[in-house]
Amino acid sequence: MSSANDPDVAVTLLVATRKGAWLYHADAARSRWRVDGPHFLGHIIHHMVLDPRDGRTLLAAAKTGHLGPTLFRSTDAGLSWREAARPPAFARVEGGGGRSVDHTFWLTPGHASEPGVWYAGTSPQGLFRSHDGGETWAPFSPVNDDPDYRSWMGTVQDGTPDGPKLHSIIVDPRDPAHLYFGMSGGGVHESVDGGRSFRTLIDGLQVVEGFDASQPTFHDPHCIRLCPSNPDRLYQQNHCGIYRIDRPDTRWRRIGGGLPAGVGDVGFPMVVHPRDADTAWVFPMDGTSVWPRTSPGGRPAVFATRDGGATWQRLAGGLPAEQAWWTVRRQAMSADSQPVVGLYFGTTSGELWASRDEGEHWQCIARHLPDIYAVEVAARAQA
Amino acid sequence: MKVLIPSALRSYTDSAYAEACGDTLAEVVADLDRLHPGIAFRMIDEQRRIRRHIRFFVDGRQVRDLDQRMPDDGELIIVQALSGG
Repeated sequence: MSSANDPDVAVTLLVATRKGAWLYHADAARSRWRVDGPHFLGHIIHHMVLDPRDGRTLLAAAKTGHLGPTLFRSTDAGLSWREAARPPAFARVEGGGGRSVDHTFWLTPGHASEPGVWYAGTSPQGLFRSHDGGETWAPFSPVNDDPDYRSWMGTVQDGTPDGPKLHSIIVDPRDPAHLYFGMSGGGVHESVDGGRSFRTLIDGLQVVEGFDASQPTFHDPHCIRLCPSNPDRLYQQNHCGIYRIDRPDTRWRRIGGGLPAGVGDVGFPMVVHPRDADTAWVFPMDGTSVWPRTSPGGRPAVFATRDGGATWQRLAGGLPAEQAWWTVRRQAMSADSQPVVGLYFGTTSGELWASRDEGEHWQCIARHLPDIYAVEVAARAQA
Repeated sequence: MKVLIPSALRSYTDSAYAEACGDTLAEVVADLDRLHPGIAFRMIDEQRRIRRHIRFFVDGRQVRDLDQRMPDDGELIIVQALSGG
């Protein structure tokens, strides 16, 4: 078995699927890939993330179709695994009416200055924090029980087909007290006091026609990303288009108008360049009529912007030209930080695709996997 | 008491049968969790509700109440109902 920290491995992909997890290790040229897995065969793995602060703590959010959720931890970059002692769980409410975590959906390592701190987002929407590298978890901030937030979260019937989610937990690399998260549904939220309070950040975002955009409950951010090279800039793929915000501005601007009319700017993943805040990638999806959630016209393509969203270019070299009816989930697309950035995505049909040239050309590196829920690049330990 | 563990939970016990004790079903499950950490949360949620696909049978009769008293020398069978794909 290989570890994500083997010196001959240039990039490791952490692939979470509906039936288990796999690690794919690339050589220096990123042309040959070695598979390690399955891990947790039969478990639904929603997210698997390596801690960039130590390069060896790996967390995997798991459940099965029949058992309650749990969280697996590795402290040797995937060589061995152990279950967390206390996975995310809501506070117990005496007399009934309390919520229970169906699954942990999103994992975010904490700030570089706070080793051992992790954040988790759950379904139904809940925000949790660990101080000990994911071994024990506790509800974090007033969000989980605040009456306004509970109202905006709606019920389990108001969320995605797989349940409502709290996702896109972002820690400002300049300030551990500055946090963002998104809720599907429930909008985008920001804290500047370390999570003691949050405020909505939904101005400029559209909602489905006929609904009141001033109400957070009608907002459905799909994926929010902060640009590492300019932490004041965030991009967002939303149910109602692609957006950008440049802080301290508090208003999102829709930037997806440059995508072809037959493609549109609906989708789930949002990927940003590690060093160029004007560059980002999306994977549009058919969000028309009954929401087929397939590639538009059966012709999958990545679209890139190099100018902050003013224009978009279709990148489909090597991808199927027609009759490919899969799509890419919100956590299933990511970028590495190599000098020429590698892009990676996993499909709902179980294919894993890689590009060594920022999306110009694509190579299928794995087929026949289960439905892919998340693809993360295992970041190397920070210096 | 003797506890029959369903296959999906044998990663915790490493065997089909385990031993646990307690005056009520909740206490038996808690004892099981003490011996095999993590197993209880997979069966019972944080609001003390038995999870949707988990069933408990004591001496052949289904038990739905975690506070139900357990016989001194009975057998607890934990069933994980299968459904879906």
